[in-house]
Amino acid sequence: MCGTRAVVVGAGIVGAACARELALAGFAVTVVDRGGAASATTAHGEGNILLSDKGPGPELELAKLSRQLWPQVLAEIADRSASGAESVRAVEWEPKGGIVVATTAGGARALARFAAGQRAAGVRAEHLDAGQLAAIEPLLTRDHQAAVYYPDDAQVQPAAAATALLADALTFRCELRTGCDVLGAVTRGGRLIGLRTSTGLLEAELFVNAAGPWAGEVAARLGAPIDVRPRRGDVLVTTPLPPTVFHKVYDADYVGAVSSDDGGLQTSAVVESTRAGSVLLGSSRRRVGFDDRLRPEVLAAVATKALRLFPVLATASVMRAYGGFRPYVPDHLPVVGADPRLAGLWHAGGHEGAGIGLSLGTAQLLRALVLGRPAPIDTAPFQADRPAVLGQTSTQEDS
Amino acid sequence: MTGRQVAVVGAGPAGLAAARAALGAGAEVTLIDAARQLGGQYHRTPPEEYAASRPEALQHGWPAFAKLRRELLGHPRCAWWPETSVWALERRDPGQQGPPRVHLLRGPADGSHRVRQILEPDALVLACGAHDRVLPFPGWELPGVFTAGAAQTLAKGERLMVGEQVVVAGSGPFLLPVAASLVEAGSRVLAVLEANPAAVLARGWSRKPWQLAAQLGKAGELIDFTGQLVRGRVPFRTGRTVIEARGAGRVEEVVTARLRPDWSVVRGSERTLAVDAVCVSHGFSPQLELPVAAGCALRGTPGAQFVQTDARQRTTADGVWAAGEITGIAGAPAARAEGAVAGWYAGGGSPAARALPALRRSRDQGRDFAARLARAHPIGAAWPGWLGPRTLVCRCEETDYATLCRAVQEQPGAAARTAKLATRAGLGPCQARVCGPTVTELAARLRGAAPDAVPADGLPAAGPHHRPFAQPIRLGELARPPEPPDAAPEHHGA
Amino acid sequence: MTARLIPAACDATGRREQPLRITVNGEPLDGIAGQSIAGVLLAAGRPSWRTGPSGAQRGLFCGIGACFDCLVTINGDRDVRACLRRAHDGDTVHTQRRDGAHHSGDQDASTVPRDSDSPDGSVL
Repeated sequence: MCGTRAVVVGAGIVGAACARELALAGFAVTVVDRGGAASATTAHGEGNILLSDKGPGPELELAKLSRQLWPQVLAEIADRSASGAESVRAVEWEPKGGIVVATTAGGARALARFAAGQRAAGVRAEHLDAGQLAAIEPLLTRDHQAAVYYPDDAQVQPAAAATALLADALTFRCELRTGCDVLGAVTRGGRLIGLRTSTGLLEAELFVNAAGPWAGEVAARLGAPIDVRPRRGDVLVTTPLPPTVFHKVYDADYVGAVSSDDGGLQTSAVVESTRAGSVLLGSSRRRVGFDDRLRPEVLAAVATKALRLFPVLATASVMRAYGGFRPYVPDHLPVVGADPRLAGLWHAGGHEGAGIGLSLGTAQLLRALVLGRPAPIDTAPFQADRPAVLGQTSTQEDS
Repeated sequence: MTGRQVAVVGAGPAGLAAARAALGAGAEVTLIDAARQLGGQYHRTPPEEYAASRPEALQHGWPAFAKLRRELLGHPRCAWWPETSVWALERRDPGQQGPPRVHLLRGPADGSHRVRQILEPDALVLACGAHDRVLPFPGWELPGVFTAGAAQTLAKGERLMVGEQVVVAGSGPFLLPVAASLVEAGSRVLAVLEANPAAVLARGWSRKPWQLAAQLGKAGELIDFTGQLVRGRVPFRTGRTVIEARGAGRVEEVVTARLRPDWSVVRGSERTLAVDAVCVSHGFSPQLELPVAAGCALRGTPGAQFVQTDARQRTTADGVWAAGEITGIAGAPAARAEGAVAGWYAGGGSPAARALPALRRSRDQGRDFAARLARAHPIGAAWPGWLGPRTLVCRCEETDYATLCRAVQEQPGAAARTAKLATRAGLGPCQARVCGPTVTELAARLRGAAPDAVPADGLPAAGPHHRPFAQPIRLGELARPPEPPDAAPEHHGA
Repeated sequence: MTARLIPAACDATGRREQPLRITVNGEPLDGIAGQSIAGVLLAAGRPSWRTGPSGAQRGLFCGIGACFDCLVTINGDRDVRACLRRAHDGDTVHTQRRDGAHHSGDQDASTVPRDSDSPDGSVL
């Protein structure tokens, strides 16, 4: 592949991971972003690398692959150079483990079933009794019915993670163009051979659409629309606190919210600390298009649920909130693969709130598909030619 | 009576004038301020508990202020909400007209049981004011280094003297009344150091800075005796500033140095002075988080932005007016005129009102004054020359200058937000209120001509004033449902 | 040597004083009604009370609630701006580290109990 040119559209975590894999494979890569690197969805999320929220199925397989890759990839980058090592330190990789807590009897039964299914699929999911839970999360409410510990859940500082991946790619044949907006396609014989951009024509043999929630718009500008939509999520950030929350702790409702088709407001508590001492409180999911307005009632609902898990946080001050747009396909599966209509165009995205965690596996699948090599897991469920991606489903959300 | 509901945020000169004008137009007014007393920083008075028999002793224009205060507090259509902070503004749904919903917390500052309320006014007047801008220098985080405004607030508002041996430094006519406040409170002011050289001052002003100070409303209150007091006792030097504060756990001495007109340090001109306090101000930062949250367009350059208004003080956000220092640092007379214009129109007053032309003239004079102020007290481009690699640029997170330089220069295509996440500058409790303009300016310089990224749909360009939570709110307060607008806050404390 | 209140006898505003007492890390401190918490601390000869991330001393900087350098815990509520909060007789003040944890002194007002099981063994 030496010298084959590839263009990656989007310098978020998925674009950065794909650029790195392609650069490692010998492509000459150009990453373009109309904003700055890692500044949109990537910079507005919590940095989740989770197995705990995924039931058995293709997404869990992708999550397991990615979880395995994270420490390996970070070690590779750190070993490459001193600046690589420094960029990896900023990533704040923390395999802190996750705890899912059910606060109702019904929730406890559902959680037990869910965890049993995950265990069967190879996920470590350990039931905690009240004493064990109190020992590892001493300030969590005692008012709970069941808890499951997922030792493999991890967290990174997402913008730093994307920056480290991108910086690593740039040590190979890779360049980054920011402030570069994709305007349209140049095709020859039904094949995409170039992008018209705000900073000029970009020619290549391979094009990867990793534009996150804007992937649908980019694809439409290239004449091959796909159905990727934004779903808004809001996160509250407290002032720095003494150690209060030691794992990623969430209520069992979260499991239902991720795959829900309900477009309205959903909240569930996700509570965790950052290395700087702040507690992050999520999360809400709303299908509101690209509406960036702050909605206090949404934040109030997030606060209410978080306090149910950690009543001790009632006097903690919230100093900021951030909201981001998570890209999703109506069937709630990522899309990784070649566009069925326009040769030369590939898609990598649609991970909703899981893009940070799934980015590395996604990039590896893309590399295997592009090179025509066997992939580590089945890629068929993520194909771009499925009806949901091509906008051929009419889901309840649309009505 | 127009019956319009007008919410006025900020009870300084601009907000008070806006409230009066809106009442005059026939509106119902809710006047909101985080402080316990009317007046803002400008009419800072000792607390009621001091039972001061001569509160006017420190006040410029006391009779007019006292009259206005009586008028507003006694007005049947004016509700005064002290100790009330706006923590969020919620813009209306697309297609809906009107100002944002105003989300309030009422009760003692940073309390945990404040009452949460929501106002849905017909018009919103923002008169949020400004705070000192202080450029970083080595040792500026030491206890005993104060903003000039802090020294004055403590002297006037609490009758507290911040130090025995004090240096006042920075730039602007505000330094003089601050020095006068300190002298009145009993400090020995060793020097007032204006960083700009006399020639630059003279281009913008006459040669007598205390006369200029009289025109600058922010400073005007002590002017009656500033002249004699400061001329008699305090050396006023131009072209010199504090480039370092030193001490073990608190400030013990400052290093001053001569500056060239571009504020580059003249090496060899350093002098050391023993002090127990230093008061610094390099100008003012308007408090723009609420205008930004309301969706108001800003004008100016990054690091020196103000709210854009039209001739009627209307902002670009529907139903939102702005007045006072958030539209430009122009002093109290201009703030009053702007407030009156804003309040009148926000209250539904007629554009044909007789008083308007005079108000507009007064406002325009104020703006002219602001332009002269900016010319006479520019921030010299070479000021980063006094920063060392270990000098903190962000006080909260203790990000030093070297870290900022590294992050900006080494990160590929780093957007401002990514650089912020990498250095943590601006992520601490003050949420970039103090370091925001400085970090923005330094990063832009380090980056060279920054490629202006196209903001993605729905993601606001993350400027230094983007703070969706305008004030901190405790999780317990956020989780409680809001009280109806007419509920009175509980009273807490002994 | 340091900050102090203008004596009432020579205060041009003709103020009167009602004494109050607060405790700071368990130690009594006298002030007068109307002062802010920061005012009581400064007037009592304490130029600093918080420590920053590196452990460096911090006190009051902006005086009007913009810089958040003066944060203290008051009656169990952490992160209160001492420059904005009026002192009340009997207020219990604890000084804070940057992370909101308290400096030494009594810890009854903390919302986070001491817990020897916490990973670093030092919740407070």
